[in-house]
Amino acid sequence: MEVALFIPCYMDQLYPRVAMATAELLERYGVTVRFPEAQTCCGQPMANSGFFDDARPVARKMIDVFESYPHVVCPSGSCTSMVRNHYPDLLASEPRLEALRGKTLELCEFLHDVLKVRPAGRFAHKVGLHQSCHGLRELRLGSGSERLVPAFSKTRALLEGLEGIELVELARPDDCCGFGGTFAVAEEAVSCAMGRDRIADHERAGAEIITAADISCLMHMDGLIRRDGKKQRVLHIAELLLEATA
Amino acid sequence: MIDHAARAKTFVEDEVRLHWHDKAVWFVRQKRDLARAVLPEWEELRTLASQIKAHTLSRLADYLEEFEKKALAAGAQVHWARDADEHNLIVHGLLQARGVTRLVKSKSMLTEDCGLNPYLEARGIEVVDTDLGERIVQFRHEPPSHIVMPAIHLRKEEIGVLFHERLGTPVGLADPRALTEAARQHLRAKFLGAQAGLTGVNFAIASTGGVVVCTNEGNADLGTALPPLHIACMGVEKLVPGPRELGVFLRLLARSATGQAITTYTSHYHGPRPGAELHIVIVDHGRSGILARKEFRRALQCIRCGACLNTCPVYRHSGGHSYGVAVAGPIGSVLAPHLDAKKNAGLPFASTLCGSCTDVCPVRIDLHHQLLLWRGELAARGLVPLGKRFVSRVGRWVLLRTWAYRLFGKLARIFAPLLPRSGWTRQRELPPMPRESFRAQWRNRAGPR
Ligand code: SF4
Repeated sequence: MEVALFIPCYMDQLYPRVAMATAELLERYGVTVRFPEAQTCCGQPMANSGFFDDARPVARKMIDVFESYPHVVCPSGSCTSMVRNHYPDLLASEPRLEALRGKTLELCEFLHDVLKVRPAGRFAHKVGLHQSCHGLRELRLGSGSERLVPAFSKTRALLEGLEGIELVELARPDDCCGFGGTFAVAEEAVSCAMGRDRIADHERAGAEIITAADISCLMHMDGLIRRDGKKQRVLHIAELLLEATA
Repeated sequence: MIDHAARAKTFVEDEVRLHWHDKAVWFVRQKRDLARAVLPEWEELRTLASQIKAHTLSRLADYLEEFEKKALAAGAQVHWARDADEHNLIVHGLLQARGVTRLVKSKSMLTEDCGLNPYLEARGIEVVDTDLGERIVQFRHEPPSHIVMPAIHLRKEEIGVLFHERLGTPVGLADPRALTEAARQHLRAKFLGAQAGLTGVNFAIASTGGVVVCTNEGNADLGTALPPLHIACMGVEKLVPGPRELGVFLRLLARSATGQAITTYTSHYHGPRPGAELHIVIVDHGRSGILARKEFRRALQCIRCGACLNTCPVYRHSGGHSYGVAVAGPIGSVLAPHLDAKKNAGLPFASTLCGSCTDVCPVRIDLHHQLLLWRGELAARGLVPLGKRFVSRVGRWVLLRTWAYRLFGKLARIFAPLLPRSGWTRQRELPPMPRESFRAQWRNRAGPR
């Protein structure tokens, strides 16, 4: 199976190790990974600031870049949701949009639903799972605590089979970390207060490692953890799975 | 423009209050989770409620006329107000004509929104809010910080101090029961002395002409049972077609609001009681403008349960007063720009767009999506700061050119760590900057592909 990687801009520039882990993890499951080099960004930073007219041509570029690939996989719930759920607001009359939306999947979805893998391996650590909001509530990677539907979590299902892993119980399993894109800077006080509360929850639950399907949330929490001299380590779920299944 | 970020910063600085407020509000969210967990049909009810409201709004004019006809037939009198000014004028006119100088009120976010209290007070009428939380914030001369729990931002010790000053309770008394008892005695006298009672309306039933008021303290009942004049103020969106539909909302409202199966008092008013008058004031105050906007229309389905405030992490970490409007939280941020886009242009940005509000809302309002749409609308109307506009433009230029993006990324990795601490780095570390981007590493790994 051939897959085109869609690597969010901030990941490409700041977390190449996560992008590489994603590629290697997919290869481990027999996938042929391509990286279309013309890609830059999905346009979410502009769209979330309200500048739809600036995001529009960037979104169109995404369609061009990925047009010839059968599958697009992205190790970020937020950027995947941008394409799937918010591009229609920007590109209502673009006939090629449906094709891109239909074939773009977040990494955990792709592993869980398309490859149907349940990683086997060893990861003897206490792990706190942070449910990044857009993956959880816009892509429905999990049931979420608000709705009364049968409980499920695709991210958790990928981790549960690992030998030795202890997924700690959080008091608030899906409260937001406060990153929120430009919110992190525009509303710095609230953003950091929210982040510290999330970290404290993981700390109380005894997590050594905090994992998530979005490195943006983890970048925010890691920034606070290191500034505050705490001990938790953050790992994107792709890194964790790659390490566990080595 | 209301600067939510600056107001929120002040709130966050009081760390003790911050954590206490977050926990108190979250506790209510948890109570809601428990209360709805016993209804297996919860998600169906939400869908049904949403459909009923959408239907009612789609033929609102018809239902309003039907309601007026039935209400008149039941002996009530009906008044129509285009906006806040007309609303205040009508209420004042009714009071003035009957020589009323002492009015008791039960909770009404609408009159809060219309600024009724100061309007009447300026005209010599004593207005007493009789909901305990409302009375507390009225004593403090501040607006409610939550639509269901107006004084949730205050600790019992602070209320003790306030009641000592205002009601003469003993110094240091902070026992909630004793404080409530003191308020009760104080309010009892106000009820007995009142010449008119004003209530909000939770639901108005088109097919019967009745209005329904839900409270937990019974204050609406006392305020309407004693004085000879009852004024009920409602927004046009409060209508439901009939009593059958009402049942759906009553099951959702209290569970979503406070985690109760039903509010302690659910009072139905069909016409005035013998010898008394019932006046229903129906207010538009911007609602028809919202109705005209397809993408924003669903916000009018709101039943003011407050669940979206309770679940909102930004609300919990910034307090209701940081929003600077009568209705705080996600629903407030969605509604306020309709009334004054310029003044409230910052509110749609006071959100991480986490989406919890959308999933918690009992009438399925797409709250976080509306917040995003508002950002788009504000930017299009030129109501977003120029600096942001500039950054966005530059971003677009860079991101459309892969070479420029690569260069920009490289420069950012070199220079970002050299900048003085501000913005991101005031409280957070930057991630350690990698020497190479992923795309460079990928090339090296694979050789040319
Ligand atoms: S928007 Fe929904 S959740 Fe928020 S107050 Fe209204 S009905 Fe309740």
